[in-house]
Amino acid sequence: MLPIIFILPLLQLVILSNAATFEVKNIKFGYIDNDRSSTSRALIEKFNASTYFNVLTDYPTQNKASAAMLRGEVDVVMEIPQHFSRNLQTEQHNTLGIIINAIDGAAAGVENVYITQIVKSFNKSIRTDLSQISDAQIQPITIETIPLFWYNETLNYKTFMVPGILVLLVTMITLFLSGMNIVREKEIGTLEQINVTPIKKSQFIIGKLFPFWVIGMALLSIGLIISKLVFDVPMVGSLLLLYLYTSIYILVVLGIGLFISNFTDTQQQAMFIAWFFVVIFILMSGLFTPIESMPRWAQLITEFNPIKYYVEVMRMVMLKGSDLMDILPQLIKTLVYAVVMNGLAVWSYKKTT
Amino acid sequence: MKRFIGFIKKEFYHIFRDRRSLFILFGMPIAQILLFGFAITNEINNVDIAILDNSKDSTTEEIINKIGASKYFSIKQVITREVDIASVFEKGHVKAVLNFEKDFSKKLIKDHKATIQIITDATDPNTANTITNYVNAILQQYQKELNKDINVAYQIIPQTRMVYNPELKSVYMFVPGVMTIILLLVSAMMTSISITREKELGTMEILLVSPLKPFQVIIGKVIPYIFLSIINAIVIVMLSIFIFNMPIQGSLLLLGLESVLFIITSLALGILISTISATQQTAMMISLMGLMLPVILLSGFIFPISSMPMPLQIISHIIPAKWFIIILKAIMLKGVGLEFIWKETLILLGMTVFFMALSVKKYKIRLE
Amino acid sequence: MSKSKVIQVEGLTKMFGDFAAVNSITFEVEKGEIFGFLGANGAGKTTAIKMLIGISHPTSGKATVAGFDVYTQTEDIKKNIGYMSQKFALYDDLTVKENIIFFGGIYGLPRKIIKEKSDALIKELGLENVTNQLVGSLPLGWKQKLSFSVSLIHDPKIVFLDEPTGGVDPITRRQFWEMIYKAANQGTTVFVTTHYMDEAEYCDRVSIMVNGKIEALDTPKKLKEQFQAESMNDVFLELARG
Repeated sequence: MLPIIFILPLLQLVILSNAATFEVKNIKFGYIDNDRSSTSRALIEKFNASTYFNVLTDYPTQNKASAAMLRGEVDVVMEIPQHFSRNLQTEQHNTLGIIINAIDGAAAGVENVYITQIVKSFNKSIRTDLSQISDAQIQPITIETIPLFWYNETLNYKTFMVPGILVLLVTMITLFLSGMNIVREKEIGTLEQINVTPIKKSQFIIGKLFPFWVIGMALLSIGLIISKLVFDVPMVGSLLLLYLYTSIYILVVLGIGLFISNFTDTQQQAMFIAWFFVVIFILMSGLFTPIESMPRWAQLITEFNPIKYYVEVMRMVMLKGSDLMDILPQLIKTLVYAVVMNGLAVWSYKKTT
Repeated sequence: MKRFIGFIKKEFYHIFRDRRSLFILFGMPIAQILLFGFAITNEINNVDIAILDNSKDSTTEEIINKIGASKYFSIKQVITREVDIASVFEKGHVKAVLNFEKDFSKKLIKDHKATIQIITDATDPNTANTITNYVNAILQQYQKELNKDINVAYQIIPQTRMVYNPELKSVYMFVPGVMTIILLLVSAMMTSISITREKELGTMEILLVSPLKPFQVIIGKVIPYIFLSIINAIVIVMLSIFIFNMPIQGSLLLLGLESVLFIITSLALGILISTISATQQTAMMISLMGLMLPVILLSGFIFPISSMPMPLQIISHIIPAKWFIIILKAIMLKGVGLEFIWKETLILLGMTVFFMALSVKKYKIRLE
Repeated sequence: MSKSKVIQVEGLTKMFGDFAAVNSITFEVEKGEIFGFLGANGAGKTTAIKMLIGISHPTSGKATVAGFDVYTQTEDIKKNIGYMSQKFALYDDLTVKENIIFFGGIYGLPRKIIKEKSDALIKELGLENVTNQLVGSLPLGWKQKLSFSVSLIHDPKIVFLDEPTGGVDPITRRQFWEMIYKAANQGTTVFVTTHYMDEAEYCDRVSIMVNGKIEALDTPKKLKEQFQAESMNDVFLELARG
């Protein structure tokens, strides 16, 4: 069990933090060159030189290219028409067929932007090459954009993801363990034995949950060390503040676990319910997909998502150096949550026994 | 065979007696697919941005209107000094500031070129990146309109066709993923729990001493869950079609068969987990801790696999969910037949056989 | 091989790494005998039983159960034995009747026979009023008796009972042993492990395992003489201390 509690999560922290990027790169790019002129080759070379595209295949016909796209071998196909080079010189403009696999709509949009930029810059270069007169009047208008990424110039998504994934792992471990714990005793029959001892219910519950609280804190500590050593995630804010928040946060999770445990008869039921909530908490935490993009009712649901607050606090403290005042709203909400959940848990425990 | 049927009957008793689990089993996937189908999107919507307009001329106004009118952005704040940018980020929910250079219109007319800075709060690099791309897309559209009347020499105009999902709906991207995750986790969890449960209660020993062969015991335990998962899969597909308007371009029969294959793969994984764990607790921790995040992150469900670092792309090959998501998208959105997805199908088949073989081997080791 | 010997074990050994859980044990059990298999916790009883019932492969030695080899004919062994483990092993969420039908079914009994057997069994145990109740709702003693009857449902040649009476009250234990005698009288060999030394006195012959070895094997009477003890309890303490 110990490897599952510690090694599995930490291994995932190290590996999975690398996965969570929306960057669009290594786009599988194919082309159909019906012209085979120096101009068409130069255009393809432009794509080849771009870091976003992996120029893969030269398809002889459009049918072949379509089939390849159906097989998922290629995401973007560019078709260079016949007489591409000649038309460009005689008619001075030309069209280019682009087909994008748009199943991932967001990525398709980005790919389209990349393509347009490359073609634009190609236009510029052929103009300087081909046209002798540089008539300013017929120059197209360009609005240049300069993207500036503040706080994280290199768009290093790992520093962003590592704290978030650490949050998920701490939450999952503590929730699953606490959710299963009491129902397990119920199933095996040891709970009755405990109920006849003079131990107070609150003492019993604290005694049950304290080890999980310690496990959660230990996991956080090791996770933070790994974030620093492996990913060089900065720790701008106060470590103490982070621990203070986490110590309250874990109480929320344990309260939820206990509550689930009290309302179920078997470990199986407890785990299904815990799983249900964890998946919702994870996918609606704003960690992987932005909360602002969700419909309003879904955003309301996220208000009840403890992971959302923890992710926010973790990032604010670690990356931006926020202090106690900055995270006060999250801290208060979490505190209230902890009191309510544990109150419910203790109450329901009394009721069920 | 009669023995076997009696065994399966007994499994169904177990399942139907535990009404709560049954309710959870069917209720939760429905709740999840509804919730996630609507809520999960990697598009951006109504992102709060601020404007720093140093020109305040007709062109910048037009651009600002264009951006404000799009459903992606809502302009929360207009600032006047560059020094204010930092405080805007620190205070509010503003994710980006658009900084228009001075004499924007004039430069556009004189030099045919003007510049906008897109400053994003890149603490969330994914959103920052997306915002930048969306602004760029809007500006490109705007340029095209401006240049419409100018007949420029030597110009190539790309004509882009978005195939399989012309409206770029993110539901198309996520529904197959949600379906995969639900089927995989529910199936793997159910089998691993129900098998380890017999171990924990001591009934497994009795079964092993009976003339039933070990593989009959395992298969017998799994068959009822195949039925349950198939019902789950049908419900999820129906919801996808009727609630989220997912098209099924390809053959419904093929979709069904592939789903059954994937369910069996997941159940086989559950069997494997149950052979290496002695208690329900261990089985559940392995199925949940071990499967949940890797499946969400490495299957291509949310994040594009092709953008991941090479080692992770290689690791993603061993995630069964990845292959099923490819198959689902291919059948539902591309409308292809088996001739285009036989490779993925074979991989899932291979994985199933591998999981089964490994389970049988582990099982023997356990019995020594 | 004498026909009346239903279990023959010679030098049977089970190693876990360097540790000999069962260290070259040798014994025979005759048809219709009640054979007590005693030993302290961890002495290797359960490991030995598991080898005999075909769910654990021996490291070395020879053994046949009901005339079948434990290495090569485990499937035949399984058809000819009944087994009841130390953990209670019926399904709590199935009714009395469903449990009987299920276990009859996995031993391949025809439907008609199962019906007859289950009616007889329910009558014998006096469970007529609870046939459609979930087993989980029955008192432990009833469950144990039901479990034993179920392990005999396919008329096995030998029944292995691994601490069958743990946690059961004295009256039920008494009734339980009456059932064991009855089965033995009908020709079923009973191979039983127990912690209760008074139960050991009920056995025809008793073996006592210490640290993986059989240290004593004889009738309770002779064992008591051999160790000059008054009860099996004293014999056991003498050996286990040894």
